[in-house]
Amino acid sequence: MFDDRSPIYRQIAERITADVLNGVLLADEQVMSTTQYATYYRINPATAAKAFQQLVDEGVLYKRRGVGMFVSPDAPAALRARRRESFFGDVVDPMVAEARAIGIPLGEIVKRIEQSMNEDVR
Amino acid sequence: MTRARVDAEGTVPPVTVDVEVRQLRLSYGRTVALDDLSLSLPGGRVYGLLGRNGAGKTSLLSVLAGFRRASAGEVLVSGEPVFENSRITRQVCLIRESGDVGDGDDRVKETLDIARHLRPSWDAEYARRLVDRFGVPLDRKVKDLSRGQRSALGIVVGLASRTPLLMFDEAHLGLDAPSREAFQEELIAEVGASPRTVVVSTHLIEEQAPLFEEVLILDRGRLVVQEETDTLLARGTTVTGHAAAVETFTAGMTTLGERRLGRTVEVTVFGDLDDADRVRAGQAGLDLTPMALQDLFIHLTDPDVHRTDPDGGPR
Repeated sequence: MFDDRSPIYRQIAERITADVLNGVLLADEQVMSTTQYATYYRINPATAAKAFQQLVDEGVLYKRRGVGMFVSPDAPAALRARRRESFFGDVVDPMVAEARAIGIPLGEIVKRIEQSMNEDVR
Repeated sequence: MTRARVDAEGTVPPVTVDVEVRQLRLSYGRTVALDDLSLSLPGGRVYGLLGRNGAGKTSLLSVLAGFRRASAGEVLVSGEPVFENSRITRQVCLIRESGDVGDGDDRVKETLDIARHLRPSWDAEYARRLVDRFGVPLDRKVKDLSRGQRSALGIVVGLASRTPLLMFDEAHLGLDAPSREAFQEELIAEVGASPRTVVVSTHLIEEQAPLFEEVLILDRGRLVVQEETDTLLARGTTVTGHAAAVETFTAGMTTLGERRLGRTVEVTVFGDLDDADRVRAGQAGLDLTPMALQDLFIHLTDPDVHRTDPDGGPR
């Protein structure tokens, strides 16, 4: 987003999202409790609960009453799809804007991308 | 006047106590410490009480704990007046900077015994664990404790009292950094296990801020701000850039302060900025940075501040 220091609960939600994307948290796996997260980050448990609520609303987590929070089975695929959708807007467009601002021809960027793709193949 | 909240895991925590203050006035002789103060603290939250020295924090907490009688107005806990009401004061614990640990000739274990008799909710097993964790010597007389040990004993008494309304007034002041961290961990575990109403007054704003769900700022006996911490933080923004651009961007906004360095100006604005504002700032080459709670606090309680439109939003 725009600001470099978003509220703590959003940072925690992002951390959990990243864990799901990277496979640190697996589908249908139980995540730590709000109190465990709160103690780890030294924040109010209600703040941690807010992060969990946001992730439930987004379909990343689901709750089992009296048991706790779990990773939604389709969360990894859904998150990856969402990340792919925003990739060009989040990553490519700002890069192109920066290149324009400091005078790097787009052709050079394309060349560099092709180079690193070749390195990957090797 | 009680309410239960359902937490994210879907469990219903125990009932908690609410605090209601209506047109409270407290004066010592001719000095007015609190004036026409009204606020409500819904139960089950952790509140941060901030204010400069002499703002009235200790006065407010003393009235809430029933240590002092209000000069005028009402102070209700669970809907009942607090002063000389033992049914309520049993459920309230205030730990002040001195540690509130009683007679200097008592030994630590005797102090804990007295606390146990005062509080039906006292947890002796938890007290023992805390004494151990904070390294308070049980057999030493209270008057022979170091400042840090005395503060730690206050923290132990507060936490182990397990009262539905728990207040710490700069109680962590004598603690070293590791002990303050331990205090935070214990407090988080406590409210995590069973929500209660906690009020913490502090000058260590940045260190304690993550614990607070809501922040209250007192200034010269009056309530300046009561807001959820996240919401309050989102309202403070520092705008930095070329003087002319900053001036155009901040025109009509509530500004709290201004600093200059050559042609660069840094203006503090108070109010919600929307995405359009942020795009506009980006196009004008301005930097927008969120403010830390401590900076916001300093600006909001600055007696010399030239506030434009202090009651309004950014435009």
